[in-house]
Amino acid sequence: MQILEGEGVTKYFGGLAAVSKVDFSVTKGEVFGLIGPNGAGKTTLFNLISGAFAPKPGVIKFRGEKISGLSPHKICRRGVARTFQDVRVFANMPALQNVLLGSLFGTPTGMSEAEANKRAIELLDFVGLSAMKDIPAGGLTLVNQKRVEVARALATRAELLMLDELMAGLNPTETAEAMELVTRIRKRGVTIFMIEHVMKAIMGVCDRIMVLHHGEKIAEGTPKEIATSKKVIEVYLGE
Amino acid sequence: MQYLLTSICSLCMVYSGWFIDRLLGKEKRGKWLTSGVLLLTLALVATLPVYGTSYAPILMTTIILYIILAVSWTMFSGPTGYMSLATAAFFGVGIYTAAFMAGDFPPPVFILVGGAASFILALGVGALTLRLRGIYFAIFTFGLVELIRHVLAFIELHVTGTRGRFVFGVDNETIFYYMLGVFVLLMITAYFLNRSKFGLALRSIGEYEAAAAHTGVNVTMVKIVTFAVSAFFMGAVGAIWATKLHYVDPGIAFNPLFTFIPVLMAIFGGMGLLYGPIIGAAFFTLLKEFLTTTLAKYGLGELYMLFFGVILVAAILFMPNGVVGVIQRLTQKWRKGGPVEEHADT
Ligand SMILES: Nc1ncnc2c1ncn2[C@@H]1O[C@H](COP(=O)(O)OP(=O)(O)OP(=O)(O)O)[C@@H](O)[C@H]1O
Ligand SMILES: [Mg+2]
Repeated sequence: MQILEGEGVTKYFGGLAAVSKVDFSVTKGEVFGLIGPNGAGKTTLFNLISGAFAPKPGVIKFRGEKISGLSPHKICRRGVARTFQDVRVFANMPALQNVLLGSLFGTPTGMSEAEANKRAIELLDFVGLSAMKDIPAGGLTLVNQKRVEVARALATRAELLMLDELMAGLNPTETAEAMELVTRIRKRGVTIFMIEHVMKAIMGVCDRIMVLHHGEKIAEGTPKEIATSKKVIEVYLGE
Repeated sequence: MQYLLTSICSLCMVYSGWFIDRLLGKEKRGKWLTSGVLLLTLALVATLPVYGTSYAPILMTTIILYIILAVSWTMFSGPTGYMSLATAAFFGVGIYTAAFMAGDFPPPVFILVGGAASFILALGVGALTLRLRGIYFAIFTFGLVELIRHVLAFIELHVTGTRGRFVFGVDNETIFYYMLGVFVLLMITAYFLNRSKFGLALRSIGEYEAAAAHTGVNVTMVKIVTFAVSAFFMGAVGAIWATKLHYVDPGIAFNPLFTFIPVLMAIFGGMGLLYGPIIGAAFFTLLKEFLTTTLAKYGLGELYMLFFGVILVAAILFMPNGVVGVIQRLTQKWRKGGPVEEHADT
């Protein structure tokens, strides 16, 4: 079953086509990777899906319903959550409150404050940050801020989680932990759509990968197919 | 004498703000003691007309007015970071509401209607403009003050053929008590606003609006509602203030100084905590009173603005987080040896 579909998704910034006529679909339960050189339009595609901008032209559907054009909070409540490449935690709020915001406001049906609190605590524990729940998120290390973002996104009961370069800036141990976290999230039944530059990570955890270049989709396939695609090697892997 | 009494009463107001900050900070120690002191301070302020000179409550009314304007401005602009310059517009709407209604209706009615009118105006303005960012929002809100003033002046000149309105007066003591009542209501509102999940959403918007939106917060709605609640208080005190003026015209009611002075007071006091704008408002109102009366003796009454300017420039240069910031730094030093806040994890 397709959980997310895009048809002819396009976004111009002035004269620049940051994303150009991209068709894609993500299957429920899979880990779907998105790669491409710097400036390829990966983050812009995430912004289009999460509602920061609307595609023009193009349509994005989530579980068969059109979501393009909705405001970000509505898309979030439908079950699409994300993290940001330039980590955006609420720096002066304790880690727990960061996550609580997701469970209080981002869930499809809403929940009582007691339930929301319980869920936030559970998710902080899931990402391994129980001990730091009272520390303002801005005081955490980069890897922990990223974990707060993941917990905050999951707290919204997301069915689709979009991770924008979760591994960027992490050391090898932390990268391995992040890969293990992705696998555990998937086991919770959450579909994952992830942008990544770290090849080892993306090849290791993804079922399928899509490649963008200058805003256009140039390839799609299993990690093996991508790794051996001539076109991909030319523009990206061969660098 | 009146300075001493009103200064003491101002400190009582600062204390009540500090008390709420402390409650919100979930500080449990000494709950009974601080609550007791709160009741005592409120009683002290409330009985000012009994033991004070006849002028003391009048001065105190002005102080409370500016406290309410500064606190309600901070209520929206502090956490969201949106610089609203519409205070004078909402205040003026309250003034004009009272100008039409005072005399025919009892004060509670026109105070509520004045607040409600500003609330509704803010809902509309907010829906139109809160999508604008930064400087555009500031300019638009300031434009609102000018727009209403000129439209009103136009209507008075060409449609009704009047020039301003007389306002049915209310005695000074009654005005004082209504002002104090609105202050108490404002403190209660600030407390519940901050403690609720709505307050959490508001803070998240101030920290990272885009992230809040993508986490499911309806940022536009939260901003508009907060903007309107703060406008309610501005309108309500406008309606009270009108009865003191006896005569109003658009220039008096929509005076841009009512926008700028509360902003300066809030910045001077510090916007992070509730008691910051209270300190700022009380300090500047007392200072203005003192300077104008002292300087007036030498015929230099208008020079007080110069002093304001100098103090503000110094304040912005040397205490970026206002008086509150200085107090926080001092108490931290004083507590040295105690548990220092640990902000880095390992
Ligand atoms: N808000 C914006 N306004 C104008 N141009 C933008 C905006 N966001 C992105 N762009 C431009 O669109 C293009 C695609 O950017 P995008 O951030 O999507 O790339 P990316 O694939 O995520 O790159 P990276 O790997 O560096 O993160 C770039 O040329 C960028 O400068
Ligand atoms: Mg990017």
